[in-house]
Amino acid sequence: MSEANLPVTANPVEYIQHHLTNWCVGCDPQTHKPAAMVDFHAFFLDTFLFGALLAGLFMWMAWKVGRNLDPDHPSSLQNLLEAVVEFVDQQIKDIFPGRNPIIGPLAITIFVWVFFMNAMDLLPVDLLPWIASSIGEHVFGVDPHHVYLRVVPTTNLDTTFGLSLSVFALIIYYNVKTKGAMGYIKMFLFHPFGKYLVPVNIVMTTIEEIAKPVSLALRLFGNMFAGELLFMLIALLSFAWYVLPVQVTLGSMWAIFHILVITVQAFIFMLLTVVYLALAHQDDH
Amino acid sequence: MNFTATLIGQILTFAVLVWFIKGVLWEPMLKVLEDRKRRIADGLAAAERGRHEQELAEQKAKQRLLEAKQEAAEIIALAQKRANEVIDEAKQSARDEAERIKAGARAEIEQELNRAREELRQQVGRLAVEGAEKILAREIDAEAHSKLLQQLAAEL
Repeated sequence: MSEANLPVTANPVEYIQHHLTNWCVGCDPQTHKPAAMVDFHAFFLDTFLFGALLAGLFMWMAWKVGRNLDPDHPSSLQNLLEAVVEFVDQQIKDIFPGRNPIIGPLAITIFVWVFFMNAMDLLPVDLLPWIASSIGEHVFGVDPHHVYLRVVPTTNLDTTFGLSLSVFALIIYYNVKTKGAMGYIKMFLFHPFGKYLVPVNIVMTTIEEIAKPVSLALRLFGNMFAGELLFMLIALLSFAWYVLPVQVTLGSMWAIFHILVITVQAFIFMLLTVVYLALAHQDDH
Repeated sequence: MNFTATLIGQILTFAVLVWFIKGVLWEPMLKVLEDRKRRIADGLAAAERGRHEQELAEQKAKQRLLEAKQEAAEIIALAQKRANEVIDEAKQSARDEAERIKAGARAEIEQELNRAREELRQQVGRLAVEGAEKILAREIDAEAHSKLLQQLAAEL
């Protein structure tokens, strides 16, 4: 659990700082951070690459199974995907009124992709950064301390908000489609307190609507960020050989518990997406 | 905690992924699952139908067996009746035959008897003539007295 040749416990703050810094294109060369809170000149390559890689993994699985679906002798991968598809489809049938061709693929994509991205958290915290820094040092001749890599895309607000804003766009789209533009505006004006409290209604409904994508994104981000941080703190325990059993025990326990967390977070994201879109399809407001 | 251009990248990745999964996995697989569900239901219904048909066939077979048994019993009864009739007829004809043979025999006996009687009569007549010849010690003209002799013979 050591970073290159420097014992990590020598400088825990720097260790964590280093782990929390993205591989960034267009960031400030000194701080390796984006210049501002919102900076569209910066681009986190690691987040995007791992996200795309895991999306590719899911695509590959889907393609491999979808290419020759065998109803009588399903392969084990097909069995697995069938179970996931049926599970997601059942959730949608339970919650969602009527039929919508996009809701199913959307839900399963969120569930599986988020699960995959979360599952990157279960890899040893130093493994991929260490490989990256070794490659950086020996192949590209860069100072290994300046190779940054964060492997869990969902510990990045860009990913979680990317998902939740996409969902938010669909919420607005289906609200307008179902209720009409006027109906959607009326929802802001007369909901929840009726026509005598229009200003309050506008504030309340706006907060309600905005809270949907924000809570979706922050819930996932917070859970994954905290999980990652805890793995780092456990990794920091390796200051002496006699703490090794404690570190291994803690790390294993947290990893096992984290299997539940990553699954539940992926599931919650999917479920709330379905719920929000179901609400958007209701015309009774 | 920043928003960067990665946001757009992730949204694009997400959109492509949803589109891909929709076409490659979700729709084909739901179709397969639906097909399988329908096929299983069809299979179960067919099995149910088959069982029902088997029951019907069994009932029919039982019915047929019963009918056949009844028919056989009827045939046997008829045959028995016919056999009795044949026996009776045979007995009757045998009796008739016996009667006929008996009658024939009786007639023959009667005839024999009559012939024997005739013969005897003639012999007695001759004997009587011979006796009379002897008694009269002279010849009686057989020609002249044949009518008398014949009368005598008829009386015997």
